[in-house]
Amino acid sequence: MSIAKQAKHEFDAAPWAGKTKRYDIVKEGSIAVAIVAVLVIFLSLLMGSPDDAPLTFKGWAVTNADNFYATAVQELAGTSGTATYGGPYNKASDGLNVGPFWLQKWAGVTHPIDTVNEFVIAPLSTQVMSTDIASALATWKAASDSQKQEWATAYDDAITKVEGKLSAVPAGAYGPVPALAQGLTDMAKGGALDAALLSQGGFFQTDNTKQILFFGDGAYLDDAGTTANLQGGTWGMMNETGRYPGQAWLWLYSFWYQIPPFNNEESKPIGANADAYIMYIMGALSLGLILIPIIPGVKSLPMRIPIHRGIWHQYYQANGIKRRKL
Amino acid sequence: MSEMWTAKLRNKWQKNLPIEKLLPDDQPAFVVSWIYVFGVLTLSALAVIIASGIVLAFEGPAWYHISDVGKFMNSMHFWSVQLFFVFMVIHLWGKYWMAAWRGNRFRTWATGAIAFVASIATAFTGYLVQTNFDSQWISFEAKDGFNSMGIGAFFNVTNLGQMLLLHVAFLPLLLGVITVIHVLMVRRRGVVPPIDAEPVMNEARL
Repeated sequence: MSIAKQAKHEFDAAPWAGKTKRYDIVKEGSIAVAIVAVLVIFLSLLMGSPDDAPLTFKGWAVTNADNFYATAVQELAGTSGTATYGGPYNKASDGLNVGPFWLQKWAGVTHPIDTVNEFVIAPLSTQVMSTDIASALATWKAASDSQKQEWATAYDDAITKVEGKLSAVPAGAYGPVPALAQGLTDMAKGGALDAALLSQGGFFQTDNTKQILFFGDGAYLDDAGTTANLQGGTWGMMNETGRYPGQAWLWLYSFWYQIPPFNNEESKPIGANADAYIMYIMGALSLGLILIPIIPGVKSLPMRIPIHRGIWHQYYQANGIKRRKL
Repeated sequence: MSEMWTAKLRNKWQKNLPIEKLLPDDQPAFVVSWIYVFGVLTLSALAVIIASGIVLAFEGPAWYHISDVGKFMNSMHFWSVQLFFVFMVIHLWGKYWMAAWRGNRFRTWATGAIAFVASIATAFTGYLVQTNFDSQWISFEAKDGFNSMGIGAFFNVTNLGQMLLLHVAFLPLLLGVITVIHVLMVRRRGVVPPIDAEPVMNEARL
């Protein structure tokens, strides 16, 4: 460090020895709290706050029964988003990676979810059911794992082939799967599935993981997100339902999802692993924000771009201080 | 006596942060810009957030769906968070363009930046515990990012109970501690002198 720089550093670090003025820090704080409180009360009375009712399985099964039904079949066949997800729910996939770092896989299965039993069979088993459904359930439980897989996969494939149009599905060896899917759809229509999914395992429950994941496997949640303009590809991360501001501070995080290759899932390796890459990028940028004072170039910008001349213009004017040459 | 931890702490505190610095009644005359107001406005918004949050905590996360008073308190919480971030971002930009880390103030800057990151985490968990459609959507979408880093193994955004406890206990405590440290550092080091000011200017008119 040059002598001039050292002198400037010591000057900046030393207690201010120049002219001072009266300053009542307690009064300033009190007035600021009062002003902000009044502003908040005004905005609250004028605008309120967002509160769109949560979606329910009943709503899904009533408004889009075919999609719910097809999703139930996917859960049985093991082809749903949750069933094929990987960690922390199962080992169906290795999950995302960045180069040699397979953090999702390495973290393991900490919230195991068996979509067949926990999304379909267990909830159905809690109900008083018709003879058809009871019979189907008994048949399913008595069958071998390979037989179950064969039935469910055949039916899932058939539904996929006719693009979800259930009435067009040809007859086939689907075993009890159609009856089970119909039973779960009827259960959801009656409003019993919401509670049955949550209550597995005990009286007190605060974990909504199964419900949220099941929702995400179908089109109901996704369609609602699109309608509310919340999709990640359209800056949805920083949006809020209705006319309210959302998490605007996530703009930079959201930004990456708008540009290639991050917005193209087909693009490998970055687009296909965009969630992981963007987490790394934002982690690095957050660290960068903290370390700005020691990052060459970035730390010098305030000296090069004279915005400070506006901030302290009275001081500069009063003392006749011209801008220093860098 | 001087070897006592308590005495050491007290002596260090009195040396670095005497009460005159903690509760000053004067400040450098160059502090005249409106940009200086945004630090205290950020703290003020935080105070309103905490106050409204405490009221909401007494009644639970679903109260505001069924009560007009609850709805109003939720609105206060919502808007104070929005203002908090507006004030904080302006404060942050202001301090950047002042190069406010000069003169051994790196830790003041760093704690402020960490507080910004901690605020984002705290607000994020708040959005997850709204118990409405938005929290359903955000939790489903956000899980992928956390899971991709292995964080989802212990930070489960679809677990309402976990997010609620983090939002009302751990994260506010963390943010509060960082904020207190930040403010104490500001008081200890004082306001950074203007860029271009020279030692000779110490006796200047302003």
